[in-house]
Amino acid sequence: MDLSLSQEQQLIQEMAAKFARTELEPLAQKLDQSGDRVAFLANLKKLAELGFMGLNIDAQYQGTQAGSVAFSLAITEIARACASTAVTMSVTNMVAEVIQSIASDKQKQQYLPKLCSGEYAAGAFCLTETSAGSDPSSMKTSAVLDGDSWVLKGAKQFISSAEYAGVFVVWAVTDPSAPRGKGISCFLVEQGTPGMSIAKAEQKMGQKASVTNEVLFDNCRIPADALMGELNQGFKIAVTELAGGRIGIGSLALGIGLAAMDYARNYTLERKQFGQAIAKFQGLQWMMADTYTELEAARLLLMSAADKKQRGLPFSKEASMAKLYASEKANQACYSALQLLGGYGYISEYPLERYARDVRVTSIYEGSSEIQRVIISRELLKEVS
Amino acid sequence: MKVIVTVKRVIDYNVKVRVKADGSDVDLNNVKMAMNPFCEIAVEEAIRLKESGVATEVIAVSVGPKACQEQLRTALALGADRAIQVESDEQLESLNVAKLLAKVIEQEQPGVVILGKQAIDTDNNQTGQMLSALTGMAQGTFASKIDIQGDKALVTREVDGGLQTIELAMPIIATTDLRLNEPRYASLPNIMKAKRKPLEVKTAEELGVSIKAHTKLLSVGAPAERKAGIKVADVAELVDKLKNEAKVI
Repeated sequence: MDLSLSQEQQLIQEMAAKFARTELEPLAQKLDQSGDRVAFLANLKKLAELGFMGLNIDAQYQGTQAGSVAFSLAITEIARACASTAVTMSVTNMVAEVIQSIASDKQKQQYLPKLCSGEYAAGAFCLTETSAGSDPSSMKTSAVLDGDSWVLKGAKQFISSAEYAGVFVVWAVTDPSAPRGKGISCFLVEQGTPGMSIAKAEQKMGQKASVTNEVLFDNCRIPADALMGELNQGFKIAVTELAGGRIGIGSLALGIGLAAMDYARNYTLERKQFGQAIAKFQGLQWMMADTYTELEAARLLLMSAADKKQRGLPFSKEASMAKLYASEKANQACYSALQLLGGYGYISEYPLERYARDVRVTSIYEGSSEIQRVIISRELLKEVS
Repeated sequence: MKVIVTVKRVIDYNVKVRVKADGSDVDLNNVKMAMNPFCEIAVEEAIRLKESGVATEVIAVSVGPKACQEQLRTALALGADRAIQVESDEQLESLNVAKLLAKVIEQEQPGVVILGKQAIDTDNNQTGQMLSALTGMAQGTFASKIDIQGDKALVTREVDGGLQTIELAMPIIATTDLRLNEPRYASLPNIMKAKRKPLEVKTAEELGVSIKAHTKLLSVGAPAERKAGIKVADVAELVDKLKNEAKVI
């Protein structure tokens, strides 16, 4: 067993870290406070040009073909500097991976190079609805075949990047009479398709530069060949692809947690109270030791899930374990780091309060912690029943 | 025309440098290493020479232990065509490195050799100049602009008083200053491709160079910690202290 990274993985990690430090870090606070869209999109474009938007996509579609481990490493490094950028990158990669795994060759040729090259600023993943969150199979959005086109009707909630995504992967009910989860199909919808509209952006607690909207489909007509994958098999696809996305979100959470603790660790050496650096106090040392140990465990869970995915082995349980643990521990890490800075952790001049707000959603989106536990226990019980 | 560009493995510039407890050297244990920033500028310049059609091949060369292959791979990912590692586990002086590089130059016959003006670890600023003396090639050090014009080159140098432009007969050796260019990021697809580019390993013996140490490192110490300042009551006291204690006015 070898836990070390390959030379390419190491170079990708270093490059991502350098890009994050130089291009993203200086902007992150401003993006959080004012959401400079132009600068945000410019960075997404640069990331795409460097190959970050198709990390797991074949070279023939202009992807990097670097594997899931490299994907996880890159997301963590980008998230250390800017969680909004990292989540956009994670979702765009996931959209590209859905297309690669189930789309027709024509659809792949049409969309993957645009996602990988940055011609599209981002991709969007439209599964969740107002009344279909943790239970996506209860979705109401429908698609009805009318002549040579599908007609989409309904609304999707919490759609990342909706305002600037080039293409949307949309799930809709195509057979209302089928049992739960059996009559759902998957479609590719381009930005600007008549009948599709983007509602007002949500005001969020964190990850503010990444825009989140409701997407409405009002008799939105898309061509018959916009169906992706097999008819009525869409739900299974969604479930499979979300498992990959969980590695992305876990890695993102880890990046924020590490950024927070690295900041706090340096601070404890500089800050003096009672005549000495506060790093000398054992109470704080233990906090640091525990938190870094948990983050290291999260990293190993993520690496193991990514490695399994990359080898083509079942990884759904491992991805859920990694996402659950990494997001929960990263949340705690951000709170501990903020505590280590005391009052300075609470004011916006320091990045800790931003980390704490940015990390919060990682145990909610792409399957809440509770849903991860449902998946994990289901897999565990399946193994013995 | 071939371009040789040299890269050195050094402590990453973001890392806080620590001295070993016994004061014998800098502590490299568990320390992140990276390509010397001036070498990054050199690699960038070499790649630009190729992109502009002046050069046909870029060869990255490093002298050091096996680990320096990481920095050579970085150079390959940035756009170098092939790499040569001259294996050495010893701490080499500039003259030794220059002698080894001179042999590589003899074998490869490049039109341009680009080096960083100095490495951020020992700050010697000697290898380029020594290499010029050993090979007889013209040198343009501290370059902020390199303009190849057929059988001559115009090199703009950063000197104390400003900028100095000199005309050199080809082939040339140039060492890079900070303002020569802004290095690019290696794209991920190029990082993936770098694995397939050739990396040749040579030894000092194969090159016929005997390594000889002319200096001995006696001790390394951390810089003295800055002492706390004092507050003065008024301008008169400040002037008095500057005059009588600091003796600067």
